[in-house]
Amino acid sequence: MNAQADTTSLVGIVVQTITELPRIFTGQASNTTVVVVASGLFGIAAGLVGVFALLRKRSLTADAIGHATLPGVAGAFIVGTMLGLPVREGPWLLVGAALAGAIGAWLIQLIAHRTRLNEDAAIGIVLSVFFGVGVVLLGVVQNMDSGTQGGLSTFIFGHTASMLAADAKSMAIIALFVLFVTLALRKQLTLVCFNDTYARATGWPVQLVDLLLLGLIILVSVAGLRAVGLLLVVAMIAIPAAAARFWSDHLGRIIAISAVIGGVAGSLGAAVSALAPGRPAGAVIVLTAGTLFALSMLCAPRRGLIAGAIVRVRSRLTILSDHTIETLWERSEEGTSPDMGPVRELPGGLRGKVVFLLLRLRGYVQSLGSAYALTPAGMAEGARLSRNHRLWSAYLTTHADIAPSHVDWSVDQVEHVLSDELVRTLERIVQLEDERA
Amino acid sequence: MNQNEQAQSTSALTAHPEHSADSPLSVHALTVAYHRKPVLWDIDFDVPPASLMAIVGPNGAGKSTLIKACLGLIPAAAGEVEFWGEPLRRARSRIGYVPQRESVDWDFPVSALDVVSMGRYRKIGWFGRVSRAHKAAALECLERVGMQEFAHRQIGKLSGGQQQRVFLARALAQEADLYFMDEPFAGVDAATERAIIGVLRELQREGKTIICVHHDLQTVGSYFDHTLLLNMRVVAFGPTSRTLTQENLVKSYGGRLTLLEQASEAIAQMGPTR
Repeated sequence: MNAQADTTSLVGIVVQTITELPRIFTGQASNTTVVVVASGLFGIAAGLVGVFALLRKRSLTADAIGHATLPGVAGAFIVGTMLGLPVREGPWLLVGAALAGAIGAWLIQLIAHRTRLNEDAAIGIVLSVFFGVGVVLLGVVQNMDSGTQGGLSTFIFGHTASMLAADAKSMAIIALFVLFVTLALRKQLTLVCFNDTYARATGWPVQLVDLLLLGLIILVSVAGLRAVGLLLVVAMIAIPAAAARFWSDHLGRIIAISAVIGGVAGSLGAAVSALAPGRPAGAVIVLTAGTLFALSMLCAPRRGLIAGAIVRVRSRLTILSDHTIETLWERSEEGTSPDMGPVRELPGGLRGKVVFLLLRLRGYVQSLGSAYALTPAGMAEGARLSRNHRLWSAYLTTHADIAPSHVDWSVDQVEHVLSDELVRTLERIVQLEDERA
Repeated sequence: MNQNEQAQSTSALTAHPEHSADSPLSVHALTVAYHRKPVLWDIDFDVPPASLMAIVGPNGAGKSTLIKACLGLIPAAAGEVEFWGEPLRRARSRIGYVPQRESVDWDFPVSALDVVSMGRYRKIGWFGRVSRAHKAAALECLERVGMQEFAHRQIGKLSGGQQQRVFLARALAQEADLYFMDEPFAGVDAATERAIIGVLRELQREGKTIICVHHDLQTVGSYFDHTLLLNMRVVAFGPTSRTLTQENLVKSYGGRLTLLEQASEAIAQMGPTR
């Protein structure tokens, strides 16, 4: 083992993990490294499954499944202890968790499909009732003679620091299995999420695919129990996928980004938790993912909030400044004086002033003392805009059946959208209108 | 019954009037109910091969329901549906489907080409990958509907008509022999309408059968050679020239005046084409 590794700082743990990576396969890596790597794998698997859970609108179902595992864990503990099994080792408790999660998922489907209640009511009922049963069973565990209940509370909030190498390994194995199955079923999952009616019409067993997706969600939830805890395991299914959706419109890329976010959150959270063993790992892992989500929501190009706000403001300003120039141009066409009146009488309040400033910066208007007027460049711009708008109006009246989807009021030149021949026809129509007027 | 007579008069066009083995779709005594309330009652018809057929009727007549029941998407309360004389499960690979455009979330992160590739999934199988050959086939289908330049665009950034064409291309990619289309002309621009009807006629020339739910009475006569007038039961079925009569339209639409006006226009328009 690498005795010299500095494991008192985050950087130290990350460095140690990376340098010890090859040793994982020979079983010589330190416990911390194994846990960090396994948590990362869990994050990747959760990120992958999460994309399809998000697209199939199953994120809340995942939450219910997470909560539903509690009576499974506690029940398995009670039954196992009574049978005299070594319940705290091996997969016994996880099997109980998976079973309870599956029963919860099945009950949600039953309530949603066989009664008139809809799915969110079913989820609320199953989630709370199962958790309630779990809490009662935890009380029973506490009163049992064995007195080893301390271990069970780690399932609620997650505690990577107390994970054994064997726990980490079972988590990693489940995660790898989920990863493999999700990628293998990618086609079917995509089809069913996008258009289940079509999938059914072309002969795909939609119910089976849905069942497989639920199975994957249950497996991920169970895998993450010791690391994240059953209260927060839904976060690792919901958050990386939702964050990834901001960055791309391409499913393959969304899957990759979601897996990376999940992996980073999982391993980084486990590393931080190793530094301060008292801190609940689940919360740290989820907060890491949450931070990445907030960054994605704000900063992602195109779909992010900031990008959206910029586009909105810019298009409003463009429309306003186009209108202003066109109005000024029309007025100067009517009158003889280029003088438009005093600046302080500009229409539009503060926004009008901003637009005026922009137009000045672009050199379209100039101040004449306290008044303002269009520059020659501004006159040319006004003429261009006015022509565009009149041609579009003519187009809308002559081609009312197909026009609306083609019209783009803010395009530089109508010719960029319509054929030259069509533009000449429209120009003739505009000319006729002028002559009539 | 009157309907049976009509059904038989049309299957007289085929070689075996007694059997439905030649008919791409034969529906016998089909009844469909939502929550015990029947919405389709005792439906009977045999579609002759290579026909381009419209299902026409007022809102709530059960047009989409009929298609969905034929495809097994809604359980039938009674009756049977056969394709080339065989049950659905044995004919599935020969049936293409174009659902209503509103039935999906267009913000979904897939490109036009991805959607069309979905039409190949049955041929690819469970764990196969979308190979280069399948991609090429999907691209060809996009080309047939005039959408090749939009292959890599996310579907949400397409216009309504373009989205409809992507759905049509996906059905083409199935290389089916019988196509069900649920309102393929609803809310599309004129260019798309021309592109779609062009493709449908091409399919018919290739010997394929197309069944469309259609809402526009004005174009029924010029687009479709067979028409099923539906209002919970079959009002009339057969060649459009015989079924699209004033009398039948009154029977299916009742006294809805504006629709009747449309109908008489439709009939007037049919004159020169027949």
